[in-house]
Amino acid sequence: MLSQLFNSEKSVFFHVGKFVAWQKDIYKRPENMSMYYKEIIRQMYDIGIGSLLIVVIISLFIGAVTAVQFSYQLSGGLIPDYYIGYVVRDMEIIELAATITCLVLAGKVGSNMAAEIGGMRQKEHIDAMEVMGVNTSAYIIMPKIIAAMIVIPILVSISAVVGIMGGFLASMATGALTEEAYIKGLRSFFVPYNVLMMYVKAFVFAYILTSVSCYQGYFVKGGSIELGEASTRAVVYSDILILIADFIIALVLTI
Amino acid sequence: MIRVEGIHKSFGEHHVLKGIDFTFETGKTNLIIGKSGAGKTVLLKLLVGLLQPSEGKIWYDDVCFNDLNKKELQKLRMDVGMLFQGNALFDSMTIEENIRFPLDMFSGKTMKEKKERVNYCLSRVEMEGINNKFPSEISGGMQKRVGIARAIVLNPKYLFVDEPNSGLDPKTAITIDDLISDITKEFNITTVINTHDMNSVMEIGENICLLHMGKLAWQGNKDEVLESENEMLSDFIFASPFLKRLRNFAAKS
Ligand SMILES: Nc1ncnc2c1ncn2[C@@H]1O[C@H](COP(=O)(O)OP(=O)(O)O)[C@@H](O)[C@H]1O
Ligand SMILES: [Mg+2]
Repeated sequence: MLSQLFNSEKSVFFHVGKFVAWQKDIYKRPENMSMYYKEIIRQMYDIGIGSLLIVVIISLFIGAVTAVQFSYQLSGGLIPDYYIGYVVRDMEIIELAATITCLVLAGKVGSNMAAEIGGMRQKEHIDAMEVMGVNTSAYIIMPKIIAAMIVIPILVSISAVVGIMGGFLASMATGALTEEAYIKGLRSFFVPYNVLMMYVKAFVFAYILTSVSCYQGYFVKGGSIELGEASTRAVVYSDILILIADFIIALVLTI
Repeated sequence: MIRVEGIHKSFGEHHVLKGIDFTFETGKTNLIIGKSGAGKTVLLKLLVGLLQPSEGKIWYDDVCFNDLNKKELQKLRMDVGMLFQGNALFDSMTIEENIRFPLDMFSGKTMKEKKERVNYCLSRVEMEGINNKFPSEISGGMQKRVGIARAIVLNPKYLFVDEPNSGLDPKTAITIDDLISDITKEFNITTVINTHDMNSVMEIGENICLLHMGKLAWQGNKDEVLESENEMLSDFIFASPFLKRLRNFAAKS
């Protein structure tokens, strides 16, 4: 019964154990630095440039919606309207930029990685590299994780800035408040610590979404149906784990 | 030389290999033959360490393959080349990048030296001038040749080939067989080939291992095949009604 819990392919514990054990294969000394370097650059380009547009569009609207909704809640109240700028800024920095961006990237980058690696597994590319003497866990996965850890925090920063701009544009368009008021809000009650929190989240979420997605792809079996399932699992598990991590980070860093 | 001793392999309840002892000899084309599903691919994957045996030992010359740690295994693999059944060419890379990949990864050579080596390997498999094509742009037979070129680029001592003839017309199949055989002789490699094609058996079978029901059913060379009375062997070799008739005809005359 107990051994079933840890040995069955269907058990969560089995996969957690396998995932953790697998980590030590990823962080091995590269066979050839320049091959890894090239791969990191390629991945950075794919993740960064490939996702820039969608991150900008989504962040613009999230910022705009936050501003509009908040001004609706404020209307007629005691709170001065320049608070809109302040709230949008802090919502973006503390929560929205990192979380929304990474949830979106789990869907875009994560599913893509799982499908790419799973395809390599099924077409025996991974076996072929392994027989050549390549440490495939390291060569295929490590560059993706490193690239994501560099690029995703940058995307998150962009998301925060664009989101704040989105709030500004929406406030101007609806005439909820003046330009000066919004900027006054942006400059009020600024806590640098929150920016640190944003980057902690960005790093942790980037790690979760790449490593979970790569795991799903790397150990895929069977054919195209299983590949589709792996790609879906990559997104679903990444999203759930990102939200759990979000909650834990919020608890740890704000108490 | 590669030697397997008492190799068993099961997947759960499914006992695929039930105690195989065999020696694959240096400088010879060693064939693993048997029907589809006999366990040829499983045995080949055990030999290169893509699967672990449930029981038994594998020796590469005097090194026990099963006792190697990961680092030693990767070192030994510098001496191993393999052609997969589906070729396993990296489809996002050009032919040249495919063949160069092991060199890029493991050799300290300059780009000029690497390109020379790639061109040499391509010419060895008679495929000059396709450096910048992608795998999807060339035929199945050409892909096999490129696969062989990639497998020999690091001068391996051991070469493993899984079903080199599957999906090829008989004429191309024979040229691929001959190519593998020539390379084996030229570089004195220990070559292990999986096949269910009896043309290959009769053409290049120098040391044959017949798998049947998970056991070694027969061993010998291509000349001994015709003289053998082994039932499982003649069952395999003379599987087609045409060949059966031919054999009976030959026996009568
Ligand atoms: N990874 C695996 N998991 C479970 N069963 C397998 C696996 N690989 C091979 N088998 C089984 O082993 C048997 C032999 O397969 P294989 O070696 O591929 O045959 P062939 O001689 O045609 O190459 C088949 O019955 C197959 O179902
Ligand atoms: Mg097979």
